[in-house]
Amino acid sequence: MSAPSVEPVPLPAKRRVAQLAMLAFAVLIVMAAYAAVGMGIDQKIPSGMLTYGLGLGGFMLAAYLVLARFAPWADPLILPLVTLINGLGLVMIYRLEVGAGGRGGASATTQLLWTAVGVVVFAVTLIVLRDHRALQRLTYTAGAAGLLLLVSPLLPIIGEDINGARIWIKIGGFTLQPAELAKLALIVFFAGYLVAKRDVLALAGRRLLFIDLPRARDLGPILITWGFSLGVLILQKDLGSSLLIFGTFIAMLYIATQRTSWVLIGILLFVGGAVLAGLAFDHVAARFEVFLNPESNELFYRELGGSAQLMEGLFGMSQGGILGTGLGQGHPGLIPLAFSDFIFAAIGEELGLTGLMALLMIYGLLVERGLRTALAARDPFSKLLAGGLSFILAWQVFIIVGGVTNLIPLTGLVTPFMSQGGSALLANWILIALLVRMSDAARKPPPQAIQDEGMTQVFQR
Amino acid sequence: MSELTLLLIRLAFLAVLWFFVIAAVGVIRTDLFGSRTAAAAPARKAPKPVKAPAKPKKGKGEPRQMVVTGGPLQGTTITLSETPITIGRANDATLVVSDDYASSRHARLFPQDGQWIVEDLGSTNGTYLDRSKVTRPTPVPLGVPIRIGKTVIELRK
Repeated sequence: MSAPSVEPVPLPAKRRVAQLAMLAFAVLIVMAAYAAVGMGIDQKIPSGMLTYGLGLGGFMLAAYLVLARFAPWADPLILPLVTLINGLGLVMIYRLEVGAGGRGGASATTQLLWTAVGVVVFAVTLIVLRDHRALQRLTYTAGAAGLLLLVSPLLPIIGEDINGARIWIKIGGFTLQPAELAKLALIVFFAGYLVAKRDVLALAGRRLLFIDLPRARDLGPILITWGFSLGVLILQKDLGSSLLIFGTFIAMLYIATQRTSWVLIGILLFVGGAVLAGLAFDHVAARFEVFLNPESNELFYRELGGSAQLMEGLFGMSQGGILGTGLGQGHPGLIPLAFSDFIFAAIGEELGLTGLMALLMIYGLLVERGLRTALAARDPFSKLLAGGLSFILAWQVFIIVGGVTNLIPLTGLVTPFMSQGGSALLANWILIALLVRMSDAARKPPPQAIQDEGMTQVFQR
Repeated sequence: MSELTLLLIRLAFLAVLWFFVIAAVGVIRTDLFGSRTAAAAPARKAPKPVKAPAKPKKGKGEPRQMVVTGGPLQGTTITLSETPITIGRANDATLVVSDDYASSRHARLFPQDGQWIVEDLGSTNGTYLDRSKVTRPTPVPLGVPIRIGKTVIELRK
C-alpha cells in the first residue's frame, strides 16, 4: 500500500519542530542562568557553563531522539518543560555549591550525574514499555512491590536512619529513598484496581442526608490504605510520603467514581489521622507548633524541630520581593538544606515572586499536559493512570511549596525535578516516561487498516 | 561590573523565563485550535499539491472528530481520518469501552462517499442512533448521538 493518503490536516500533528525548538529554548535559558550566576558571584562567566549547559543539552537531545523514534506522537511540551525545571534545579544547586565554597552538601556534579541516569531510565522505559496497557496486567504485582518498597527502610540490614527519618535503604555504597519508586508502583496498582472496581464503588450503597455512603466491604481498600499511610507516618516519621500517597488515592478514587462522598470520607479520615498522630507523637506535634507559631523566639532557637529553617526560608523570600535579588546575589546559603527541601525558597530569594510564578506556571503546564493526556486517552486504565500521575506531581508541588511558604504544616518532600536527590529524580523521570508513552498512544491517529475494506480487518496493536 | 548591568541581567532573565511560558502556551494554543498549522501544512508539503486537487475537497459540513459526550470515557475525542473506527470492549478496538452493556466488538464507524456510516457488529444490546436502533449501516449526521451501552458519542466538525 502506498503512503496513506491523509488529509492535509492530520490533527493532532506530531509537532516535532515545536518540540525541538522549545527544548533548545529551555537549554539556552539554563545556560543563561549559569552565566547569570557567574556574573552575580564573581563578575565573570563561569568556566563550568559550557560543561553543564552542553551536558544537559546533550542528555536532552538523546532523550528527544529516543522519544522521536519510540513515541513519535507524544505531547510536544512535556520534555521541554521537564528540561527547564530540571535545568533550573541544577543551576540553583550549582549556585549553592559555589556560594558555600563546596561545603554544605550541595553538589551540582552529582545532580548532573543523576540527571543523566534519569534520562537513561526515561529512554529505557520508553523502549521497553511499548504498550502501557501491559502495566494493567501487573496490577497486584505493582501493589505488592509498592508496599514492599514502602516498608523496606524498616528492615534491619538495609534500612538507614538519616536526619531522624527512617526512609532510606542502603545498597552497596548507594542510599536510595524507596518511597519515591513505591509511589509509582502504588499508582499503577490504584489505577488497575479502580478500573476493575469502580462501578461497584460508585453505584452500590445507601444514601444518607446528602452524601452517598458506599458499602462497608467496598470501603475496605480505602481503610486499608488509610491505615497503611498512617502506619508509614508513625514508623518512619515520614509525614510527606503518607500525605502524598493518601491524597493521590483519594483523587484517583474521585476520578474513577466521580463521587464527592469519597473525597469527604477521605478528608475526614485524614484529618482524624493527623489529629491522632499530633496527640500521640512528639515530632508531629512539633510540626504543628512550628506551623502555628513560626516567629516565636523559643521555637526559632530550639535545637530539634525548631522553626529556624522555615523562618530563614521566609526571610529569604521576603528579601527577594517581587523581582528577586538576582541570581548569585542573594544569601540562600543561610537557609539550612536550601539545596533539597528548601530549593523553592532559595529560588524565591534570587528570582523573586516573578520567577516563582513563572516556575509554578511551568509546573502547571506540565500537569495540564498530563491531565490532557488523561482526557484524550482511549481506555479507562490509561485515563486513571495518567490522571493519577499528573495529580501526584501537582500534589507534591503543592505540599512542598505550601510547607515552605507556611500555608500548611511543613512535611519533608522534594520539589519534583529540582531538589538534589537521586531517587526522586529517577522516579520522576520514569513518571514522565509513562506520561509520554500514554500521550503517544492517545494522540496517535486511529490504527490504519492494512487492506482497504473487507470482511476481515487487521489492526496494528 | 556595574550595578546597572546586573540589574539588566536580572530583568532580562525573568523576561526570558516568562517568554518561555508564553511560548509553551502558544504551542498548546496551536495544538488546540490548529489554525496556524493548518495554514502552514500545505506550504511545507511541496510534492503533494498534484494529488490534492484530484481528491474531493472536504466539505464544510463534514465531521472532523468523534467526541464522547456521555459515559465513563466522557471528553475523549478521536480525530477522524480515512480509516474506520471500531468501538467495543476488545483491546484492539479504537475506542475501548469497559462497560457491561457493550460487546467486545460492538459497532463500527466508517467513511463512505464523504459520509460517516455507523454499523452494528451484532452486539448483544444494540447500537442506537438518536432513539432508533441501528439495524443496517446508517449514515450519521453531525451532532446526533450514537448510544453504545452507557457510552454516547457524536460526530463534530
